[in-house]
Order: sequence, then structure tokens, then C-alpha cells
Amino acid sequence: MTPLSQLLPGQYGKLASLNPERSVDQRLMALGLLPGMVLKLVRKAPLGDPLAIEFAGQVVSLRLTEAQNILIDVAADCPIQRPRPPA
Amino acid sequence: MSAAEPGRTVALVGNPNTGKSTLFNALTGLRQRVGNYPGVTVARKSGQCDCGDGTKVELVDLPGLYSLSASSPDEQVVIDALSGHLADDRRPDAVVVVIDATNLLRNLFLASQLSELDLPVVLVLNQADVAAEQGVKIDADLLSRRLGGVPVVLTSAWKGEGIAAVRRAIGEALRTRVRMPAVEWPPLVEEALADVAAGVAADIGRAPGRADVERLLFDSTTSVGQRLGWDAPRREAVIRAARDKVRRAGYNPLAAEPLIHYERLRRLLEGVVQGGGNRTGGSAAVDRVLLHRVFGPIVFAGIMLGMFAAVFWLAKFPMEWISGGVDWLKSVVAPTLAGLPMVQSLVTDGMIGGVGAFLAFLPQILILFLFVGILEDSGYMARAAFIMDRLFSWCGLNGKSFVPLLSGFACAIPGLLSTRTIEDPKARLATAFAVPFMSCSARFPVYALMCAAFIGPLYGPGWESVVMVGMHCVGLLFAVPTAFVLTRFVLKVKPQPFVLELPRYQMPKPRDVLWRMWQNAAEFVSRAGTVIFAITIIVWALSYFPRDPAVEQRIRAASPGAATEVVDAQVQSAYVEQSWMGRFGKAVQPIFDPCGFDWKITVGVLASFPAREVIVSTLGVTYSVGEGAEADSKHLQQVMRDAKWTEGPRIGTPIFSLAAILALMVFFALCSQCGPTVATLAQETGGWKWAAISFFYMTALAWLMAVAVYQGVSRLA
Ligand SMILES: Nc1nc2c(ncn2[C@@H]2O[C@H](COP(=O)(O)OP(=O)(O)OP(=O)(O)O)[C@@H](O)[C@H]2O)c(=O)[nH]1
Ligand SMILES: [Mg+2]
Repeated sequence: MTPLSQLLPGQYGKLASLNPERSVDQRLMALGLLPGMVLKLVRKAPLGDPLAIEFAGQVVSLRLTEAQNILIDVAADCPIQRPRPPA
Repeated sequence: MSAAEPGRTVALVGNPNTGKSTLFNALTGLRQRVGNYPGVTVARKSGQCDCGDGTKVELVDLPGLYSLSASSPDEQVVIDALSGHLADDRRPDAVVVVIDATNLLRNLFLASQLSELDLPVVLVLNQADVAAEQGVKIDADLLSRRLGGVPVVLTSAWKGEGIAAVRRAIGEALRTRVRMPAVEWPPLVEEALADVAAGVAADIGRAPGRADVERLLFDSTTSVGQRLGWDAPRREAVIRAARDKVRRAGYNPLAAEPLIHYERLRRLLEGVVQGGGNRTGGSAAVDRVLLHRVFGPIVFAGIMLGMFAAVFWLAKFPMEWISGGVDWLKSVVAPTLAGLPMVQSLVTDGMIGGVGAFLAFLPQILILFLFVGILEDSGYMARAAFIMDRLFSWCGLNGKSFVPLLSGFACAIPGLLSTRTIEDPKARLATAFAVPFMSCSARFPVYALMCAAFIGPLYGPGWESVVMVGMHCVGLLFAVPTAFVLTRFVLKVKPQPFVLELPRYQMPKPRDVLWRMWQNAAEFVSRAGTVIFAITIIVWALSYFPRDPAVEQRIRAASPGAATEVVDAQVQSAYVEQSWMGRFGKAVQPIFDPCGFDWKITVGVLASFPAREVIVSTLGVTYSVGEGAEADSKHLQQVMRDAKWTEGPRIGTPIFSLAAILALMVFFALCSQCGPTVATLAQETGGWKWAAISFFYMTALAWLMAVAVYQGVSRLA
């Protein structure tokens, strides 16, 4: 499992877990981001933060810090396999 | 409307950016603002809608929201409207849920939540044209049958397709009062909901609505408890026990609601939607360029530069036509009133001159809103917020502050209203505090006059442009540290989420963009016709009276041989000096003396507190009152260039020195001189406290900076 914040642009996978206590995650759940859903990191903003993620046919922005606690099972057929080593 | 029909209201609800306002406009014939950005509508608006058979209902357009757990003020508006718990509100008689047909699942989550409100529902699947383009096929009849006969209508509100069917469906829903079937909660969750309901009923003595109970059980923070007056410690105990039950059902209580609803919806939509593979493909390709690491910021900077360049230089030509027209009008009107010097002065100096000076800025407003409209309707605005978020987060704001601040360059009021999409109340306050610093179009007349009269002729058009651009940055320069200090040290804003949907790109719709321009222009013109007009007349009167004939006689007697023009000018300036305004200005002038303002400028500054653009007409009046038709804008510039100090230590030197001009412009860049802005700030921040703080802070800052500039530049020069 990889934190969403460490995915590389273009990588995708299934949502493994998020933290329903946080209001951001509650918002995302209302948008349909629920465990098992396929999620893709489309890109990072030019300054590295926020992220643009795609799920259920919509593109939504999310800040890096908020993406740290969202865990992804990176798909095996992902174009880029190596998650970035944690800084 | 048949006489027996009681007034009935129908609310338009749905996710942001689904086309609620577009549908509202199609149904009512009104013109609400629309745009391709989530959060265009921030307040409720109503209009009359015909149900196709002659019966009329009141249709209410509301802001968009994703879920009933409201977090921002614009979302709260919807919750309040639906539950009707505000004093002057009734619950609507039916709800039209507007759904983006290209994303049924997500949009139906809100509809599914709304089924708990126990109101007749119509589902409108809008943007059917886009869905068809994407190859999405929707079986509306099947969906309607699965939802227990709730009318489901496919529309393309923008093209006007399916509108008649929506009218009929509203009429039908009001007649049959058909409800959407409620969710079937797992037994333990159902029990937990019943426990909470029982707890509320036991403590406050009346049964709560089902929707309120769900908010209490499922939301980690909600204001429902307070609204019901349900005592906090008791509440916590009941809710904790109920949530334990939800846990025993196998759900995290805070995730239970979306999980159960989405599970239901997935089953519901089986066989309803077919096709539609790559829904974000086209926009993704555009984003590869517009959000590219290198090209993205370049394009962004290019757009901003292009926008302001167009506002400054493109607007120049129509502006000159307008001033020309105003001068021409004066020259036509003045001779017809030659017999009545007072009326002539009132009409030419006060009315035509004052309002004309103001109207000359109409082209700039139009051009600015042309750009804003195109950026918004194309879908770029959300990307701009995305690009800017990092910079804004540095001073505690977020990307959603971008739209308010950009609008602030046109006018602070729409900017302040659009802060409603920001969830965090402190971040919202900080943004609202920064908005009036943006160089709004009302400041433009001041800069334009000073640059045209002094900077241009003395230093050349190059410097004129530099000063113009520079002045537009002054506000921004002070807004950033102000926001920084405010968010970090005063309000202590916590880092907030930035969850913004990036809508798909579309061709800007000329109709919507033009309408946007027209509405803003109309508002501007009506302001010119009312507030500005009134202030101009008052200023004129205060600087025309008292008009004691003895003053004139004394001057004429003192210099019998002099040329008539010289004597006339002496008479005019003597009159202005002893007018009410002149006396008042002279009394207050010492405060502004360190900024290098003489009493005439002081009069202008004071008269501009209700509306800053008044300065131009006030200077026109105080510097050339009584000069009738000759007092065109070129003439005013000449009079100002010739003005000299007549007393004090600076006697004989020009009043409008470089130092004084810059100080005056800086003063106007920073000062809080707009009544409507202060009032809106009070309304949006829930009281006069922050409006007062903003007013005194900006005004004090303006004075200090004007003093610093005047003293600094006059030493250097
Ligand atoms: N192609 C197409 N576009 C539409 C249709 N209806 C609305 N739009 C566009 O969708 C965008 C959003 O429309 P609005 O009416 O402002 O949406 P809203 O639901 O009021 O949005 P908020 O007020 O932000 O919640 C605009 O750019 C509209 O032009 C439609 O039927 N077809
Ligand atoms: Mg709207």
C-alpha cells in the first residue's frame, strides 16, 4: 500500500483506506471515493502541490498533506512501477 | 394563476456546475448568472415558472452542493432553504434535483440523501447533449420505474431542449406528490437512527425531522444539535451509543452514509447507463498543456497580462469617445442655459461633468468582465485556482480565494460574495479582508486622471504605463502581508482542504459571457445614475453656496482696469474658497498636509469616502466650478497643472508635484473608500466588527503610505 501523496503522475490503483474522521475524506466519500474504487493521480500542480486526482469520471484537486493518509493499492499494470522513495 | 391556488415554491437543488441556473433561466425567462465553475451561484434567487398548464409556481435557484453535510456558507443556504427552519421561510412544496447526466452516480448521491426530506421530487438529467456526445445512453424510464415513479426528465437546458417536459413534470409532482423511495438502512443502523430520534424527542419534547437525525448520527461536526437546542452532554451520550450500534453493523459511523447510499445507487443504475468510456479524455489533453509544469504558469501569466493590457490600452479608444461625447454635450447644453448661471453650473459641472467622468470607465468594466466571463465559462478559472493554490496556501488562503480576488479587480462586491464558496470561516474572512485591496475599476479614474494630466506629459507615455501598472500592484503588495499576518497570527487559520472539482473544458458560450458583461455594465451605469449622481450634486452645491454677491463686487471694485478673464477667474476661486466645502476643506487640510494635499484635494478625498471615483468629478468641480462649457477634461488637466500653493511654506510651488501625485494615487490605492463594500463586508462577515477593522486599517494604512511617499519623493526629487 502506498500513500496517494507518493504516487507518480499517471499511476493508479484501488483505494485501500482513508480516514473518515477527517472532513476532507468525508468530502471525498460524498464524491464517491470509497474503498475499492479505482483512483488515478493525474498530475501535480506546477508548484508541486496540490494534486489532481481522477475517480469515477471526475477530476478533483487535493492537497499533498491531505493525500498522505489516503492509501492506494497501486495496480500491477501501472505504467510506472516505482513509487517515489519517501523524502 | 387561478385565484384559489396558494403560492407554491419549488427548489432547484443539485451538485455544483450541473446547470441549475441555466435551467432556472430557461424555466423562468430570468437571467441568473451561469458559468463553468463550481460555485457560481452563492445565494438563493427566485422567479416564476409556468408548469405548462397555466399554473404558476415560485422557482428557487440555489447554490450547488455535493452532500447535505454542509460545510460552507453557500451550502448552508441550501440546507436552510430545504428544511425551512429560517424564520421567514417555508419548506418548498417540491424539489427539482438537477443532475449532470455525464456523472449520474455521483450526482444521485445527493438525490438519494434528499429522499429523506419527504418532499415530492423531479429528477432532471441535464447536459444530455454532452452525455450523448460521449456516447452515454441513459434509460430514463427504467430509472423512473426503479425510483417508484418519480418523474425523470432528460434535458439540455442550455439548448432549451426538454424544458417543456420539466414544466409538466413539476406540475405532475405537485399533483401526485410522488416521493423518492427512502434508503433501506441495515437493521442496526435503522435502530441507531431511531435511538437518536427518540433521544431528541425525549429531551426537546418534539420529534425531529428524519434528515436532521441523519446529520446528527453521521456527521462528525454539525450545527443541527445547536439549532434544535439539544443539550450538548446529553447529545453526546446518545450519539455515542447510537454510533456503537452502527459499528456493530460493520460500518464506520462516519463512512456509513456514503457507503450505504452508493451501494444502493450502484444497484439502481444497473442497466440504466450504457457506454461512455473516456469521459475526461478531451479535457485531459488540454490540461496536459495548460497545467504543464513549465507551460502552465507561462500561459497563466500570459492570460493575466493580456487581460490587464486589454483593460488599459484597448479601453482607451472608447473611453476617449465617451469623454468627447460628454464635452460635446456640455458645449451644446451650456449656451441654452446662459441666462441662468446657477442652473448652467449645476447642469454642466455637476450633472454632465460628474457623471460623464464616471461613465468614461464603462469600457474597462466591459473588457474586464469579457475576460472573466470567458475564463470562467471555458473551465479555466478552476485551473487557475489549482495553479495558484500553492501560493495562496503560503499566506493561509487557498485556491478558492483566487476567484474572489480576481473579481476584486473589477469590483469588490462580487468578489466578496464569491468568498462564500470557501468552507473555512477564518480563511473566508481573511480572503474577504484582502478583496477590497484589489485595484477595482473605481480606482482607475484616479490613476487615469493623474497619469494623463502629469505623468504622461512630463515623463512620456512609457512612464504613464509603468505608473498605471504599478498602481494596480500597490494594493496586492499590501494585501499579501496583510493576509499573511491575519491568517498566521491573528486568526490562526489551520491549513484547510482544497477539494475543487476541475470541470470539463467547453467553448465559452457567447450568450452567457455577453450577458455577464451586460449585467455588470448595467449595475455600473445605474450606480452612475444614482449614488454618483447624488454625491456629485451635493458636492457641487456645497462648493457653489453660499454665493454672497458682495464677494464679487469687492473683487471687481479692487481691480477696475484688469482684463475681464483674469477678474472672472479671481471671482470664481474666491467663491469656491468661501463655500461650505472650501471652509470645511481648509479646516481639515492640516491632517492631510503631510501627504501634500491642499484643501481642494482634501475636499476631494473627503467627498470620496462613500465612493472613491467621486474624486474625479469633485476635483473637476472644485478646480473649475462655474466655468461652464469650457470645463472639459483637457481643461481640468490644464487647470490642475497650473495650480500653485497660495499660502504656507510651499507657496508658489505647484500643488501637483510628482510627490503629491504619487501620494494621492497611493492613498486611493489603499484607502477604504466605498460605502457598499463596507456594508457588504459587514453582511458577509456577520457583523460590523470586521467591516470596521477593515475600514480603519485600510484608511490608516493609506494615510501612512501617502505620507511616506510624499515625504520620501519630495526629499529625493
Ligand atoms: N452543453 C451543455 N452545457 C450546459 C447545459 N446546461 C448548463 N451547461 C453549462 O454548464 C455550466 C454550469 O451551468 P450553471 O447553470 O452555472 O450551473 P449551476 O448548477 O447553476 O452551477 P453553480 O451555481 O456553480 O452550482 C455553464 O457553463 C453552462 O453553460 C446543457 O444542457 N448542455
Ligand atoms: Mg448556479
